[in-house]
Amino acid sequence: MEEKARKISEEDIRHVAQLARLHIEPGDVSTFTRQMGEILSYVEKLDEADTRDVPAAAHVLPICNALREDEVRPSLDPEDVLKNAPKRDGQDFLVPRVIG
Amino acid sequence: MEFEAVIGLEVHAQLKTRSKIFCGCSTAFGAPPNTHVCPVCLGMPGVLPVLNKKAVDFAIMTSIATNCTVARESRFARKNYFYPDLPKNFQISMYELPLSEHGWLEIETAAGKKRVGITRIHMEEDAGKLVHDEFAPVSRVDLNRTGTPLMEIVSEPDMRTPEEAGAYLRKLHAILRYLDVCDGNMEEGSFRCDANVSIRPRGQEAFGTRAELKNMNSFKNVEKALAFEIARQTAVIEDGGRVVQETRLWDANAMKTLPMRGKEEAHDYRYFPEPDLLPLVVFPQWEEELKARLPELPDARKARFTSQYGLSDYDAGVLTSERELADFFEAVMASCKGEPKQAANWVTGALMGLLNARGLSISESPVSALALAALLTLLDSGVISGKIAKTVFEEMAETGKAPDVIVKEKGLVQVSDASVIEKAVEEVLAENPAEVTGYRGGKTKLMGFFVGAVMKKTRGKANPGLVNELLKKRLDA
Repeated sequence: MEEKARKISEEDIRHVAQLARLHIEPGDVSTFTRQMGEILSYVEKLDEADTRDVPAAAHVLPICNALREDEVRPSLDPEDVLKNAPKRDGQDFLVPRVIG
Repeated sequence: MEFEAVIGLEVHAQLKTRSKIFCGCSTAFGAPPNTHVCPVCLGMPGVLPVLNKKAVDFAIMTSIATNCTVARESRFARKNYFYPDLPKNFQISMYELPLSEHGWLEIETAAGKKRVGITRIHMEEDAGKLVHDEFAPVSRVDLNRTGTPLMEIVSEPDMRTPEEAGAYLRKLHAILRYLDVCDGNMEEGSFRCDANVSIRPRGQEAFGTRAELKNMNSFKNVEKALAFEIARQTAVIEDGGRVVQETRLWDANAMKTLPMRGKEEAHDYRYFPEPDLLPLVVFPQWEEELKARLPELPDARKARFTSQYGLSDYDAGVLTSERELADFFEAVMASCKGEPKQAANWVTGALMGLLNARGLSISESPVSALALAALLTLLDSGVISGKIAKTVFEEMAETGKAPDVIVKEKGLVQVSDASVIEKAVEEVLAENPAEVTGYRGGKTKLMGFFVGAVMKKTRGKANPGLVNELLKKRLDA
């Protein structure tokens, strides 16, 4: 357990937190590193299964091609669309400026 | 040292469906902000995307038309990143299993025909539109475009000049328009192009460091941006510098590329299979059905125009460059008996001149194919002369009247009555004794003067062939 838990580094934790836009306290990094490592070690149990002859699958059901016809259906009322918006102007969502 | 450029292009083409790729919202352009959105394209929790069959049909048709091999099984994947135009925080795209691969299309270059490879075609959803406020530190978000079906067509780095890149784009654009799977409007963003370009010493195998160019909204701008970038990279290397890998934006006003502002962040998209969509399996029968529905494509149509109508390679190329233009020409040919070469000249000359002058597309032409055919029939049967036909054409464009109506109203019927023309000839010769003497003394170039004078007298209506013949007869006698 101890040895496998070291597979994820503190750098990985900081990188994942940054990708997920999560703020984590510097003091918590080592705790999360240990906890994440433990979770990954648990999942590694799956490696024990012999999957040499099993094709990789993204889905468990043997079905494919759930398709719809190209038909326009009513959209939402803009008031409902904007109901959750922290800020709006007219019918636009407003967000902090994202460029320059 | 002599350098050569290596260019690869990525085209994002909006598929011409009525509804979005994973939900029933309309894809119509220009609606008020946030009126074409629903819980699916807004990325609300608990919703399920369902793939639009027509979008798949269109992408498969494009794959067949560009000689790609359609994968038996392809799969959608999530591309994760945060940006306000992407409400789900991931874009549904395709990654390791694209729809099709290994295609090519043929372009004309100065050195002859050339094949440009197509690496892959995959389907994905478009993002929303951001408008950055000029004054306040805010950006406006309109999610109407979110979920619009796109296909991304990635070329091999096979092009060596901006002209080749332009030829590739025009050919691809023409194919998509012939298939009618994309409206091809570059201004509205339904056909967008990013270019990867690097340079290397001629003869060297390895690629140089590339720059990615964005923000070019016309074929001309793609060519100009590439030409600028090739010159810039060459200057950097000749000054002993190094090209940095970066994304640069084309500024069409300043006529240069500039590095994109913003954080230089290595992307980490963490692609993984989209769990909410089933695998897409293209059975051979599906592909065969679509193959049978493909229209005649630009190359085939061009070849037919040269063989069936006896047109030059050049004329056939111009006429088939756009499906609507080729349709127009064939509609003219279907209802007039005149020479194809003459019809081709009228379409590529007078008609396209008129459309260019007024900024119209062929489908907006004020002169219909039937009306032009009627005009050519009048010309061919000798009712009007070529000169008068030009006048009638202008009048048709102006008033929309039928050519025979204009000819009747203005009394423009060609005069082929020899006695009438003879009378005008006699008058002209009598009025210009000095020129007659000159002509008979060897100044045969004066013939043009006499013809002009006779035409003037008959208000342009005299049959020019007959005028020439009668003048010669009298003068050379």
